[in-house]
Amino acid sequence: MTYKRVAAASVAALMVASPVMADLVFPSLSYRTGPFAAGGIPYADGFADYMTLLNERDGGVGGVKLQVPECETAYNTEKGVECYEATKGQGALAYNPLSTGITYQLIPKATADDIPLYTPGYGRTSAANGNVFSHVFNFPANYWNGASAAVNHILDLNGGDLKGKKVILLHFNGAYGKEPIPTLTALGEKHGFDFSTVPVDYPGQEQKSQWLQIRREKPDYVLFWGWGVMNQVAVQEAANIRFPMENFIGVWWSGAEHDVKPAGDAATGYKAVAFHGVGNDYPVFGDINKYVVEAGKAAGDGSNVGTVIYNRGVYAAMMLAEAAKKAQEIHGVADITSGQMRDGLEQLEITNARMAELGMEGFGPEFKVSCANHGGPGTAAIQQWDAASGKWSLISDFGPSDMDVIQPLITADSEAYAAENNIEPQCK
Amino acid sequence: MSEQLLFAAEVTLNGLMAGVLYALVALGFVLIFKASGIFNYAQGVMALFAAMTLVGIQQGQIPFSHLINAIFGTEIHHFPWHVPSIIAIIAAAGVMVGFAWIVERYILKHLVGQPDIILFMATIGLAYFMEGFGDMMWGSELKTLDVGLPQGLNETVLNVTDKLFGYGFFIDNLDIVAAVVASLLVAALTIFSQYSKQGRALRAVADDHSAALSVGISLRFIWVLVWSIAGFVALVAGIMWGAKSGVQFSLSLIALKALPVLMLGGFTSIPGAIIGGLIIGVGEQLFEFAIGPLIGGATQNWFAYVLALIFLVFRPQGLFGEKIIERV
Repeated sequence: MTYKRVAAASVAALMVASPVMADLVFPSLSYRTGPFAAGGIPYADGFADYMTLLNERDGGVGGVKLQVPECETAYNTEKGVECYEATKGQGALAYNPLSTGITYQLIPKATADDIPLYTPGYGRTSAANGNVFSHVFNFPANYWNGASAAVNHILDLNGGDLKGKKVILLHFNGAYGKEPIPTLTALGEKHGFDFSTVPVDYPGQEQKSQWLQIRREKPDYVLFWGWGVMNQVAVQEAANIRFPMENFIGVWWSGAEHDVKPAGDAATGYKAVAFHGVGNDYPVFGDINKYVVEAGKAAGDGSNVGTVIYNRGVYAAMMLAEAAKKAQEIHGVADITSGQMRDGLEQLEITNARMAELGMEGFGPEFKVSCANHGGPGTAAIQQWDAASGKWSLISDFGPSDMDVIQPLITADSEAYAAENNIEPQCK
Repeated sequence: MSEQLLFAAEVTLNGLMAGVLYALVALGFVLIFKASGIFNYAQGVMALFAAMTLVGIQQGQIPFSHLINAIFGTEIHHFPWHVPSIIAIIAAAGVMVGFAWIVERYILKHLVGQPDIILFMATIGLAYFMEGFGDMMWGSELKTLDVGLPQGLNETVLNVTDKLFGYGFFIDNLDIVAAVVASLLVAALTIFSQYSKQGRALRAVADDHSAALSVGISLRFIWVLVWSIAGFVALVAGIMWGAKSGVQFSLSLIALKALPVLMLGGFTSIPGAIIGGLIIGVGEQLFEFAIGPLIGGATQNWFAYVLALIFLVFRPQGLFGEKIIERV
């Protein structure tokens, strides 16, 4: 009898707790647990909260509500693939896996399933070539744009001359961390700086020998591709050896509040490349607070609103929502399919006027996606940390990256992929 | 002295410091293994849980607030106070004692007499349970740990070595503190086990469970005691590592650093954990310094295990471990 009651209560609770079914489904392959939870939580919150905002404020997109079923990956590639398989049957329109490893595994699967992948600022860089990667989109910027933006910044600091300068890349010793090496090598040859790499193994909790090496080699600049605990330890170790923090520049995945706060005041001056705005001084965050957080509908406790990674989740959700809207316009239907969503992504145009309408004026660049270019404009800015105010600030405008160097690398890598997988160019 | 030799000396010194931190983690394993023959897979998670508890108490965080808010629709997160570091450390140590009691009462008590592998499996379950329980209790966001420990380059070492060799050595203040704390901890544990009644009982249990029971030593009390001490050691390790990286899931992975130390130093020796930690610390740093750049770097993780395996080949019980001879 007791068991029956418990079972009945459980079923009733599930029925009450289950979300109302909506038509535009964007599964969130989140990681709120595991070694990378510190970054995974605010991203998942931002992604979900923006979709909730659209539901609460606008009634969804084109009158159709949005749904964001979450599946926990713990940043584990196998779990990520399981999550994809488990959720694609719910009518998934697109995936944003938030993991380069998961993205690599999903590219052939999602392409075969006619479901687009949206991987802003991560994943396979050469997927920017839409001619080969028909179902992968990584606008507005990829790792190679990030590497170029960092080099452009140090070029600016040195009057455009880097001859004889020494630049070290401290990187995660895996696919993600190795992504910028070809670009930085090419840029080193082009600008005449001495480029070398210092890898750090997972998880990166211990980096003593790497920073002793950096102390010995006395580089002018250290570029940084880290994620998870590696970020906090690197910033602390840089401060420990008194490396000039303004010459230490991370990629956008190494530039969140939680990356610098453990080092306290010593982290002031640390820089990171950014492909979107920082802070909460945009009307959209006022709306999120009003319609989502204060209404008790936020994915988290609301404390992450306006933080770097939360903002990135919001930005990604905005892009997908805009692409869904575009797909509805193209195909003249409200309930779009994943194939139609792909078309929406491929014909997406983000203008400054539209960004202003969305309450995100100046948050990111304006651009137009095309069949051949799934990577967007590749523009990026530099943000800098100030521990006293506890804030990141953009210290440069969103500038272009060196496509003379990047485009041949994208072409070569994507064509090699096409040859390996017998892929015919999709753009006629 | 040549430049390379100076660099090597600096790396060796830093390796010794890193080794002390490894030894701190290994110490927790040794204590439990000595007293109960259990290889405690949960030791790394205990360090994480202890550090999370410390920060939670210090910052006045309400335990299980996410759960409470989700169930009751409330918006509570923090008490309106901030607890001084020393009180928070004592309170966190108290929580670890409570944890030890719960482990004994609800797990170990029911597994007395079971094969070692069963006890080991139980600690795997315990590790995963604690991982989730800790997240539920305190949240899985990164937490900044600040108990006032000094960090950064030590000026004295820098100036002295600069004067002596013309090259200032880098030593992290936090590593010096860790070395002092670890030394005090080992000294205290040695005095406790040699001269106190409970310490002697602990050693008796370590030697022979049945014989200890036959002379009236309470096995259950000893287990609570030893898990409490291991919990305290985990708290200290959590503080030292967490001060650098913040308190987050990765703290639980520091156990991986202790395994080669245990293989090398032996599972049953406190001095073995210390010496093993130092050898691993110096060995991996020197290898990375001398050979790492030639083979792509990032060698520390795997080289520590290679070093331990080499020692195992020649001395399977570890440097200071007890040689177990089972006669048929």
